[in-house]
Amino acid sequence: MSTNSAMLSGRDRAWNRFVVAAPYLWLLVFFLVPFGFVLKISFADPMVGQPPFTPLFGGEDGRGLYFTLDNYRFLFEDNLYLFSYLKSLKIAFISTVLCLLLGYPMAYGIARTRAPWRQILLLLVILPFWTSFLLRVYAWMGLLGKYGVINSLLLWLGLIERPLQIMYTDFAVYLGIVYSYLPFMILPLYATLERLDLDLHEAAADLGARPVRIFLDVTLPLSLPGIIAGSMLVFIPAIGEFVIPALLGGLDSLMIGRALYEEFFFNRDWPLSAAVATVLLLILVVPIMIFQHYQGAEGGGHR
Amino acid sequence: MRHGPSTFLISVLSFGFAFLYVPIILVMLYSFNDSRLVSIWGGFSLKWYGELFKNRQIIEAALLSLRIALVSATAATLLGTLAGLALARMGRFRGRMLFTGMIAAPLVMPEIITGLSMLLLFVSMNEFLGWPGDRGATTITIAHITFSMAYVAVIVQSRLAATDQSLEEAAMDLGGRPFGVALDITIPTIAPAMISGWLLAFTLSLDDLVITSFVSGPGSSTLPMVIFSKVKLGVTPDVNALATIIISIVTIGVVAAGWIMFRQERQLTRDRQLGARG
Repeated sequence: MSTNSAMLSGRDRAWNRFVVAAPYLWLLVFFLVPFGFVLKISFADPMVGQPPFTPLFGGEDGRGLYFTLDNYRFLFEDNLYLFSYLKSLKIAFISTVLCLLLGYPMAYGIARTRAPWRQILLLLVILPFWTSFLLRVYAWMGLLGKYGVINSLLLWLGLIERPLQIMYTDFAVYLGIVYSYLPFMILPLYATLERLDLDLHEAAADLGARPVRIFLDVTLPLSLPGIIAGSMLVFIPAIGEFVIPALLGGLDSLMIGRALYEEFFFNRDWPLSAAVATVLLLILVVPIMIFQHYQGAEGGGHR
Repeated sequence: MRHGPSTFLISVLSFGFAFLYVPIILVMLYSFNDSRLVSIWGGFSLKWYGELFKNRQIIEAALLSLRIALVSATAATLLGTLAGLALARMGRFRGRMLFTGMIAAPLVMPEIITGLSMLLLFVSMNEFLGWPGDRGATTITIAHITFSMAYVAVIVQSRLAATDQSLEEAAMDLGGRPFGVALDITIPTIAPAMISGWLLAFTLSLDDLVITSFVSGPGSSTLPMVIFSKVKLGVTPDVNALATIIISIVTIGVVAAGWIMFRQERQLTRDRQLGARG
């Protein structure tokens, strides 16, 4: 279409402009600008009132700017928040590695399966996407509980004498994250692996090249875009995950998403919550840019 | 010669799919369990379904969620389709970098950040503009449109990227107007993508908990909010029944859609082959 743009009449140009402008403005107003408000309010003091924070414009005499760095100072002095950030990074990182270790061979296996089984397996990966995230996390509560399925089974088999504490531990959080985000890892991996000519690799193997060598030298490097896209699709949302640590995690496994939620809804300290969100966003800027790069290279999402 | 997957791959696949499906299947089984405990099978019973339909709070929340999902999915499909067209067909335009960023970021942005930022936007807008008033269905709908339109945009964009642009170019060369060409040629080509985009936006809206919790007000509890407040304290059998209903509807929908698309693709390839021969 761009080749013809010089010949377009005013009305046609208006349509082209509308196609870009309508979604652009919507995202600008409702997605980008809100971060500005988060930043602004992170420099305010909490106060009793509606809204519960001090205005930026107007100090005590109603003129000039009023802002404070207290929230950030508190964030970095209070061990709870530092600990939560680090813990979230650790949990998200380990979960991403686990997703990759399970998801890569699954994606490879699906790519090697013949039609129509390939389509069926792919559908089975996509299906959990469409089913409620909340309900899928909830499903683990019945499995992991003190009198849940796993403990009952182990007791019945005589492998344990007392129920194990699985629920409300970090282990349960890892399990929940890997379970919920596994399809996000498999689909981009499958998309890149599907395009590789796996038969060629098999042929190389038949001609005497060691399979491990072929995998390390050819398949793995070529599937790197899928690995990165999939890892970012798991890692970034997992850092700020709330539902999984809230339902499956213990009180000591405070991830930053849950800390923010509780600061906001229970302590009602909006400015501090905004500061927590701002720092989290800063941590995520680089991973999001990496994701965007590979998302573009992949030519679309896979959800 | 093509080898199938090795024994190793088959075992990983079996383990992986068991991991993905056993928890869901167990929840569906418990929903028919007469006993409240998951470890004891008290016999087959439909009593939790009965209890579910007697629960006014759940029914009202479900109706509110459905209303919001219908409106937000439709708006998200319109905006997302335009965004997909802009990305795939409009070439370079000013601010394209920022635009692609704003489409990609909502796909990974932790919901807790999006939720808080939208709430602060609504509060500040209300202070300065007197709109959107109290938080409730309107603010929830706006928030849902915003995060789900990015998914629609990505689906539509990848469909457009995969289709041949020459038909549109030919129509333009023959004097077609951009709007007319979009309506007559582009939209029919991407209709399947728009439908799956709408369905995805609909289910995302029905499912969202975190963003909704931030932008909802008193008296506007959606279904996920009610479910969350119930299950926070542990397993509840009527939620098992609800999960069974939701999962069954989704499964039937996805399998049906997958089957229809599979058939359409086959028909399309057959038509193309015939066309090429003729």
